[in-house]
Amino acid sequence: MTTYPKAQNVPAGTPTKITQGSPTKGGIGESTLRPDGTLKVTGEFAYSSDMWHEDMLWGQTLRSTVAHAEIVSIDTSEALAMPGVYAVLTYDDLPAAMKNYGLEIQDTPVLAHGKVRHHGEPVAIVAADHPETARRAAAKIKIDYRELPLITDEASATAPGAVLVHEGRDDHHIGHVPHPNIVHRQPIIRGDADEAAKRADVIVRGEYTFGMQDQAFLGPESGLAVPSEDGGVELYVATQWLHSDLGQIAPVLGLPEDKVRMTLSGVGGAFGGREDISMQIHACLLALRTGKPVKIVYNRFESFFGHVHRHPAKLTYEHGATKDGKLTHMKCRIVLDGGAYASASPAVVGNASSLSVGPYVIEDVDIEAVALYTNNPPCGAMRGFGAVQACFAYEAQMDKLAAKLDMDPVEFRQLNAMEQGTLLPTGQPCDSPAPVAELLRLVKARPLPPEQEWLTAGSEGTSVDVRALPGGLSNTTHGEGVVRGVGYAVGLKNVGFSEGFDDYSTARVRMEVINGEPVATVHTAMAEVGQGGVTVHAQIARTELGVNQVTIHPADTKVGSAGSTSASRQTYVTGGAVKNSCEAVREQVLEIGRRKFGSYHPAWATAELLLEGGKVVTDGGEVLADVADVLEDEAIDIELEWRHRPTEAFDLRTGQGNGHVQYSFAAHRAVVEVDTELGLVKVIELACAQDVGKALNPLSVLGQIQGGTLQGMGVAVMEEIIVDPKTAKVRNPSFTDYLLPTILDTPTIPVDVLELADENAPYGLRGIGEAPTLSSTPAVLAAIRNATGLELNRTPVRPEHLTGT
Amino acid sequence: MDFLRPASWEEALAAKAEHPTAVPIAGGTDVMVEINFDHRRPEYLLDLNRIGELSEWEVGQESVRLGASVPYSAIMEHLRAELPGLALASHTVASPQIRNRGGVGGNLGTASPAGDAHPALLAAGAEVEAESVRGTRLIPIDAFYTGVKRNALEPDELIRAVHIRKADGPQQYSKVGTRNAMVIAVCAFGLALHPETRTVRTGIGSAAPTPVRAKEAEAFLNAALDEGGFWESGKIITPAIAKQFAALASGACNPIDDVRGTAKYRRHAVGIMARRTLGWTWEQYRGAGRTLEGAA
Repeated sequence: MTTYPKAQNVPAGTPTKITQGSPTKGGIGESTLRPDGTLKVTGEFAYSSDMWHEDMLWGQTLRSTVAHAEIVSIDTSEALAMPGVYAVLTYDDLPAAMKNYGLEIQDTPVLAHGKVRHHGEPVAIVAADHPETARRAAAKIKIDYRELPLITDEASATAPGAVLVHEGRDDHHIGHVPHPNIVHRQPIIRGDADEAAKRADVIVRGEYTFGMQDQAFLGPESGLAVPSEDGGVELYVATQWLHSDLGQIAPVLGLPEDKVRMTLSGVGGAFGGREDISMQIHACLLALRTGKPVKIVYNRFESFFGHVHRHPAKLTYEHGATKDGKLTHMKCRIVLDGGAYASASPAVVGNASSLSVGPYVIEDVDIEAVALYTNNPPCGAMRGFGAVQACFAYEAQMDKLAAKLDMDPVEFRQLNAMEQGTLLPTGQPCDSPAPVAELLRLVKARPLPPEQEWLTAGSEGTSVDVRALPGGLSNTTHGEGVVRGVGYAVGLKNVGFSEGFDDYSTARVRMEVINGEPVATVHTAMAEVGQGGVTVHAQIARTELGVNQVTIHPADTKVGSAGSTSASRQTYVTGGAVKNSCEAVREQVLEIGRRKFGSYHPAWATAELLLEGGKVVTDGGEVLADVADVLEDEAIDIELEWRHRPTEAFDLRTGQGNGHVQYSFAAHRAVVEVDTELGLVKVIELACAQDVGKALNPLSVLGQIQGGTLQGMGVAVMEEIIVDPKTAKVRNPSFTDYLLPTILDTPTIPVDVLELADENAPYGLRGIGEAPTLSSTPAVLAAIRNATGLELNRTPVRPEHLTGT
Repeated sequence: MDFLRPASWEEALAAKAEHPTAVPIAGGTDVMVEINFDHRRPEYLLDLNRIGELSEWEVGQESVRLGASVPYSAIMEHLRAELPGLALASHTVASPQIRNRGGVGGNLGTASPAGDAHPALLAAGAEVEAESVRGTRLIPIDAFYTGVKRNALEPDELIRAVHIRKADGPQQYSKVGTRNAMVIAVCAFGLALHPETRTVRTGIGSAAPTPVRAKEAEAFLNAALDEGGFWESGKIITPAIAKQFAALASGACNPIDDVRGTAKYRRHAVGIMARRTLGWTWEQYRGAGRTLEGAA
């Protein structure tokens, strides 16, 4: 019998000392329901692919069929001659001097220029009055390719005479990389790893491989561009960061940013895959060329080529420990395959290197991480961002060390666990709670799920419920060959953008009285991608302004940047910005109140005043005035930027520097049943414990932890984009062969939540979205190793690996 | 693309005769995937959904005449006693929504080696009722699959029904996929005991260019069970016999390496499934088998 998560152990939102208690309903700490929840589960929510405009055209992208080739010629004449076709554009039609885009390095051509560097690269775009016409027209474009040698891995990238994926690089990393086919390199040297190794009684080494995972968001890339009368364009699109898109779109259109007006439309998931530009520029180009609205919607096949993936990685690790179980040193080398374009590779390198040690105390380290340019699919941001790959490797190492020392794997980890005050390999101290040992204790303390749950006694003897067995309804075993395994893992993730990035957010908050009731409007450019920011912003406004009614304004570029919905940062940073703007609004309300009513009560001048339930009250609870009487017809409207503590770049030679804002920790215990003969796996339970600092919305916290856990499980047992090493082509761009966990693959996910406040963060909160994705994968791998005794240095695990076939 | 919508079977046959390249579509669970992926754009689609009789079945003395469009969910619900192997295979087809739409006719029409119904049909024994304006014929299932995604139908023929022998003994079906539900077969195995004829039949999916029977394995097992008097005594099959049966089943495979699995794994897994399904069916024959739950 498959069981589903039972009542979860989420503590009610107990206010910490830096939280202002609020009697206003629906404030922070309550599990208020998402405004978009019902619409989404009933199928009524309008996603970006649902948009329609009178007289609109459909855009279609023609993509390269080869991974690396010179474009000898492009012939669009036949496509252009088709009735219903309004435009066919190639590189030569780009209107501005700027023809590339990119998150950090502008190395990605809007349309291929003389060369394609990966399978599925956009070469031409078509606008037609029907999607089928656009598709047929694109198929009539003739491209003559002359294939070039392929760069597919580190050996081919750095071989003598290797073809350069990008010639004439002039980005700011080229000066410190050992080869032009390396995007970025970050070493971290602290202490003396070679010297410390001499103190080690045991040393373990391992080489690990992490497969290419896809974000596989369910709403494919889509949007609608509408040309406007002033020569500009309105773009409605599903993205993760409106202003980052804007900064890349406007220059290639040759327009000032104020002529490209962007509005967020319904986002069907993101997970990092919408940080990069996909159809945005193409739709705008076609709209501006034709003077008509243009809609582009990728299908699932195209979506696999339309966004970057998680970096596949090769990781080489060496750890040592004394016979008492204390870690002595760590050396590692992490090679990330960035594919054909840089995307977020440099930042992923920074994360992979600085988090490569995991949540452990190791004073002597020698670390190197690089990202390659290859002709494989471009890779960039995905939930966990470099820390995922490292966690998979260092947690395997912890189990190997524990086994070699004949120690319990959890106790071994606890013995070496970092805590508040620990110096990370970058030299940065961890200055907020780091309950690593406690999280491990919590998952270990849970009772194990019952054995052989597939056997049930019935009136006709014992019966077998195949749904509880590996293979499920495919009916491959009734218990034969099935062995249980248990495994543990814990991980460390940074929160927010690191390495000196100016990671600010903007919030505009308006307060006014409507029909005698004070109401608030919160306007940010935050991309709601499913994380629940819209829920949390309303909770913050209720808490800070004491209003019941909060309107969340649609996200657009009429307000300042909210930064990216990624890096577990939005509740921290845009939540912080909303809080900050609310406080400024409140101060003005109180100022008006003092002016109008100050002479009536001394508390106006002496007490700390709050807004609660539509009234101005003292911290002692005495009501001084109705907000409606204070404001009358006046509206307070304030837009402010807000920043978390600044960070520093990592030194390019030593990796030293206070590079991160905050850390997030989660631990998992995985329980699996493995059919050892067929190599099939059923994950029975994935217990998680995570410190969230402060659960602003406990139900959303639970959803994030369970979702992250499942995404981590996916890449442990099934999710992988398979690239043919001989052709660098993607072999499985469909949901038939890129497998995502179904509900029958989903284990019970019991969750323990700790709320240890980080005093530097708004309300003491901690970014939570990514940490559970880290430790889930290695916990499942550890459990499978425990069941099979196999070494399993690669994820995802396939039946072939478990059966030696 | 023209969309032909015949109101009756006769009209459908006439349309197919007039447009032999027309692709019949019923549940659309195969055809639409092909179209959506742009793998093919047929000139004509021949919609069979208005022909209600294709979704009906008749249980006869010897066999079940299963309309080509009877959905998998109906087989699971109504024909578990008569067609236990096919009912188990139906459970492994995609998702509940797809099982409500897809039917065996589509599996046969596409004739993909990965079609879930084929091993069960091969093991049970079946005949495909093919019809054209020229007349009706019954094609034995063993002669139906002629190549990768090719079958014995003539261009003007449509599948009206499939006649499947009613089970006279236990049947089992196993399928390996790398997910616990809603997954295309890496390989599959069907096995049926036929106590009336004291024979065993098998079917292998996704491990050869076409669905195939493991004929040598069947012959070996038939002889071994006969010689050992197993059918009469109902005694436990010896591990040596089961092992040899599994090895011969593996040997009947002619698989490829592809994105879903290696050839070596497929051979290995078919052997394991052969051994297990033989064990389960034989236990049931002996009257000692466990019942299966969760298959509904």
